Amino acid sequence: MSDLWQYLQANQAQIENWAGTTVWLIVLPLLIGLALALPTGWLAARYRWVYPPLIGITGVLYTIPSLVMFLVLPGILGTRILDPINVAVALAVYSYALLVRSVADALRSVPAEVLAAASAMGQTSTQRLLGVQLPLAVPVIAAGVRVAAVSNVSLVSVASVIGVPQLGQLFTLGNNTESLTPIVLGLIFFIALALFLDALVLAAARALTPWRRAVAS
Amino acid sequence: MTARASGTGLPGLNRVLIWFNDPRNWWGPNGLLAHIREHVVYTAVIVTVGIVIAVPLGLWIGHTGRGIVLVGGIANALRAIPSLGLLVVLIVELSPHISVAGGAGGLLARGSIPYAVPALIVLLILAIPPILTNTYAGIQAVDPGARDAAIGTGMTATQTALRVELPGALPLVIGGIRSATLQVIASLTVAAYAPLVGGLGRLIVDGDQNLTDPHFGYPAMVAAGITVAVLAITVDAVLNLVQRRVVSPGISGRYRRHS
Amino acid sequence: MIRYESVSKQYPDGTTAVHDLSLEAPSHQITVLVGPSGSGKTTSLRMVNRMIDPTAGRIRIDDREVSSVKPAELRRGIGYVIQNGGLFPHRTVLDNIATVPRLLGQTRRAARRRAMELLDRVGLSAELATRYPAQLSGGQQQRVGVARALAADPPIMLMDEPFSAVDPVVRTQLQDEFLRLQRDLARTIIVVTHDIDEAIKLGDHVAVMRVGGTLAQFAQPAELLARPADAFVAGFVGRDRGYRALGFTAAGELPLADEKPVRLGDALMTARDRGRDGWALVVDDGDVPLGWVAVGGLPDSALRGDVTIDLLNLGGTLAGVGGTLRESLDAALSSPSGRGVIVDLDGRFAGTVTAAQVLSRVETARETR
Repeated sequence: MSDLWQYLQANQAQIENWAGTTVWLIVLPLLIGLALALPTGWLAARYRWVYPPLIGITGVLYTIPSLVMFLVLPGILGTRILDPINVAVALAVYSYALLVRSVADALRSVPAEVLAAASAMGQTSTQRLLGVQLPLAVPVIAAGVRVAAVSNVSLVSVASVIGVPQLGQLFTLGNNTESLTPIVLGLIFFIALALFLDALVLAAARALTPWRRAVAS
Repeated sequence: MTARASGTGLPGLNRVLIWFNDPRNWWGPNGLLAHIREHVVYTAVIVTVGIVIAVPLGLWIGHTGRGIVLVGGIANALRAIPSLGLLVVLIVELSPHISVAGGAGGLLARGSIPYAVPALIVLLILAIPPILTNTYAGIQAVDPGARDAAIGTGMTATQTALRVELPGALPLVIGGIRSATLQVIASLTVAAYAPLVGGLGRLIVDGDQNLTDPHFGYPAMVAAGITVAVLAITVDAVLNLVQRRVVSPGISGRYRRHS
Repeated sequence: MIRYESVSKQYPDGTTAVHDLSLEAPSHQITVLVGPSGSGKTTSLRMVNRMIDPTAGRIRIDDREVSSVKPAELRRGIGYVIQNGGLFPHRTVLDNIATVPRLLGQTRRAARRRAMELLDRVGLSAELATRYPAQLSGGQQQRVGVARALAADPPIMLMDEPFSAVDPVVRTQLQDEFLRLQRDLARTIIVVTHDIDEAIKLGDHVAVMRVGGTLAQFAQPAELLARPADAFVAGFVGRDRGYRALGFTAAGELPLADEKPVRLGDALMTARDRGRDGWALVVDDGDVPLGWVAVGGLPDSALRGDVTIDLLNLGGTLAGVGGTLRESLDAALSSPSGRGVIVDLDGRFAGTVTAAQVLSRVETARETR
């Protein structure tokens, strides 16, 4: 334990730097992915014919291994290999691919009778979407966000293989120096981050769905 | 760290095309085909071992209903561990203790076993959870009436699990296998971070170290990357076809509807 | 026969599902367990094939205790039918039916041949053999479920709400066919239902169970209707007891009044001459009754033309010559003319009877009891 603390203090500046990059590399693509997935997922739920091609293409994108994305994107974007932007874009693509499916499925799973009742009460489609459909879709979307968040966390570290500076560098450092300390430190950071994000999303979902809490005994 | 090429714009992709067109890059013990073969064989072996471990376990958990929370929790927790970190821990701690010299046929390079073992462990840890969770979820989702009838007509627990629950759970089980296969294909590229481990990841990691080499540098790296992507997509499509053939039409709904 | 000897089932959390149940379900007959939710009827059923084991008491099948036989072996000798059929969705209809014979070691070909026979026996067409359960209607699935239970020719059958998942019309058909099947096969059957009418219709013996799992009354249906044991049974059996009880007494020799029926195509004037009290009975060329035609109180000018289908009143039911008092009374009550139509075994017109005549027969029957 004390070695870890010592190591942390000794390399504080570097680690803080990496940590900062890591956090925005995880969170920003997630938010962008979600922001894009909501409208397009709604389109896929609303217009049946949109669903298969959209899910098909995003499915294929999701299949592309992360390391490959990190490598090919510099060629497409015109960035350097080491630039964290590549990672951000790749993770945004993965988050989007995962979330658009979650959003579409979640919106489609709201029972038709509930929507019909909302219309019959005189709500406009926008009111119905924002007031009824979206809130009821939150649990499924939240589940998707949790998976996307955790998977972003583990994907970020992969970028260390090609040298992108973030907390995953603790692993490569440890490997090169055959020292366990930075590796364990890195593992602790990543696992803590994953658990924290998971809990955060769960709490947010709970806050948005007060009716579920009322039912639990 | 070696020097890195900066500014890789479109000219870089042109070099990749040139690389693909050079037959010397395809054939031979270090060629693309050899690496593809390694990649496919490793994936097949790991996924098969994963199936052998995870499917019976998932069957048991789903059938008896015991241990779901525990196993589900562990599977979820495993997802949070960065695979690179785990690989590196095993390399630093485990590899020095494995003193097996040679290789294994054409599949494991000379001296690579101490590094191959951590890689295989990490990949197995990645492959098992999707298969396991999908299997027991699938078993749990089987129509309780069918399960009741199976027991009531005199099937033993094993017969019920194999003849009624598993066929019913097959779509989810195969879905889990597909998920696991894609995970392994992708993570095998990262596993090549360990020295001497084969597969397409080898070209990627080595390419990163020798960016200017015309045969094994940047073009090789990107080419291998593209190949992995194509491989992943192809394998998934093949597994999709397998799923269609193997799952009973009664479950998938693929039959002509009669009036 | 199947015998319950002081059988009880209590769960660890304290709930008692069945309490001290003792009854004997006779061989080759249908015994129905009926009661409200929570009366332990399904639990009692499932203890026979050891899907649930009792906490006290014994169950015997023909003097052998069920606990002495290995469960899987026991179940292969008992036909088991559940609500919704419980068919295996991944197997074809034919392979579903062939399940137990295959479990017992028969070759696939022999088992499938037997399955085809049974498919026919439960009244399904052969082309359904290669379909999957999801392609069948609810009624068809139930029949396949029964066929599957019969496949290994078991002497005993257990049926848990077998007909409740289908609509009333299909349910009646299934019940009638089930009774017909039992006439041919004479198995020992226990049926569970929550529907007292179904219990009375199907059962040779009926066991009414109370919430809490105790037996309230075990008797033949007629007895149940005539002499309910306590207030609970009386309430559960419900209203119209007297009327329903008429269904258990044969009408015997009823005085059949003469009636002169007309045929389709005969002149309406002829119908008026032949009819009585303004109504004439119309039959077809085979003397099978089709309906009544109203010919009373109309001037001659309205009676031009012939008797046609669209003029017929189809209101009355038909009662058979050997039928019950209930059928005869219903025929008389539902007939627009007040005359109930009685037909012989071939469905041909035999005569008519009035409600008063049936009721006087009811009184005579009561006196001679």
